[in-house]
Amino acid sequence: MPTALTIQNLRFLSNGPYSLDLAKGECCGINGASGIGKSQFLRAIADVLAHEGECVLESTPCLSMSPQDWRKKVALVAPESFWWYDTVGPHFGVESADDPYFCHLLERLGFSLDALQWQISRLSTGERQRLSLIRTLITNPKVLLLDEPTSGLDRKMAAEVEDIVAMRCDKKESSCIWVSHDLEQLARLSGRCFQLNREALVEMFL
Amino acid sequence: MNVISLSAFDLSLAATLLLALAFCSLKIGLGIERQIVISGLRMTAQLLLVGLVLKVLFANGSFLLVFVMSLFMLLVAGYEVRARQTRKLRGSVGYFISTGSMFVSSFSVAFLALTVMVGVDPWYTPQYAIPMLGMLLGNTMNGVALSSDRLTTDMYNQRGMVEQRLLLGQSWQEASGDIRRDCMRVGMIPIVNSMAAAGIVSLPGMMTGQILGGSSPMDAVKYQILIMFLIAAGTGFGVITAIWLISRRLFDDRQRLVLDNLMQQKQQ
Repeated sequence: MPTALTIQNLRFLSNGPYSLDLAKGECCGINGASGIGKSQFLRAIADVLAHEGECVLESTPCLSMSPQDWRKKVALVAPESFWWYDTVGPHFGVESADDPYFCHLLERLGFSLDALQWQISRLSTGERQRLSLIRTLITNPKVLLLDEPTSGLDRKMAAEVEDIVAMRCDKKESSCIWVSHDLEQLARLSGRCFQLNREALVEMFL
Repeated sequence: MNVISLSAFDLSLAATLLLALAFCSLKIGLGIERQIVISGLRMTAQLLLVGLVLKVLFANGSFLLVFVMSLFMLLVAGYEVRARQTRKLRGSVGYFISTGSMFVSSFSVAFLALTVMVGVDPWYTPQYAIPMLGMLLGNTMNGVALSSDRLTTDMYNQRGMVEQRLLLGQSWQEASGDIRRDCMRVGMIPIVNSMAAAGIVSLPGMMTGQILGGSSPMDAVKYQILIMFLIAAGTGFGVITAIWLISRRLFDDRQRLVLDNLMQQKQQ
């Protein structure tokens, strides 16, 4: 299986070194105590947190790509999302309404095209979380870094999100690192699961 | 027309107004009496001192003296701009940036005005150079300080939003674009206000001074128009410089937002 993302001796703050090979189409689960640095781990991979060590995307090292390109290809979806226009629509660009994948995602996650007119200030936590995921998915990233992507969702919606991501992985469109406290969810989704502690990633067998 | 000279008694009469205000503040517990008295005393001392310095400077008029005096004014302005910020940039870089922006906003513009527009010979003639530079420093300081303060505060408070935009693949310029535009606008508010009000709501200080000193109103007005243009342009360029330099410091070479470069806000 070809490798999508190689993480070598990644150190940040006082954590690490972490090393991980993520195969193409693999969904890898990460679990760990609250406050141990799971979100920071993902932020370091997305290169928004200063770190040592190297991340390589399909044989291209992070440092030989512009930070913008890297973050589009290795895309992080944080649990808390931020929006800067007044309504939903402008965040997705003008052509997105014609994009069949975008419409498909909207429908599966319980929205219609009307949602584009909604006021950001009226969105619920769960709506923000689902829209934030869609916002990243339509850019077609090679690696998805998902930080508790279903924390604000009910079971039905969580299952949809799991299915959408699993589908992308099956089709080898994306590989994924999925951070969650829900071990059952990780067992359902991922081939390999790791416990993240301050020093290393320890493989877990669920 | 000769200027009516003010006696020490006239000035102390005006000072009693300030003391009355301080007394009121003390009585109703506004808590500003200390600040009023100290800043009043400080202002008086500073101005009396500068009166003496200017007397010597005007009598002597050497380039070196004018240069030392203007350098001192510039450094103080740079220091004050940084002191106004709630979240300052760490280390000496903060001083360099604020002083550098004040240099752009005032020194360069004053030099241009003295050599090209006023055309006084020699260009560093203290009667022109020092008041001109003083007007520019004093007025552009507001804009530069306001925008710098707003920039560091907004970048800190909106760090989540800025990072979200970076995560979506935007460059640091795009990710901080809204904030930087807003800071630019805020920095220009004082001068835009005073240009809008000039002559209608207020008679600007410099013009008033010249008229009181016996110049013809039209001469005074022309100088005031010149100085307004200079202040507006100086503020604009100074604010652009400050915003650019500060935001450059807030992102590293991989375009990550690094707020470690900001000092923590003092606990109130």
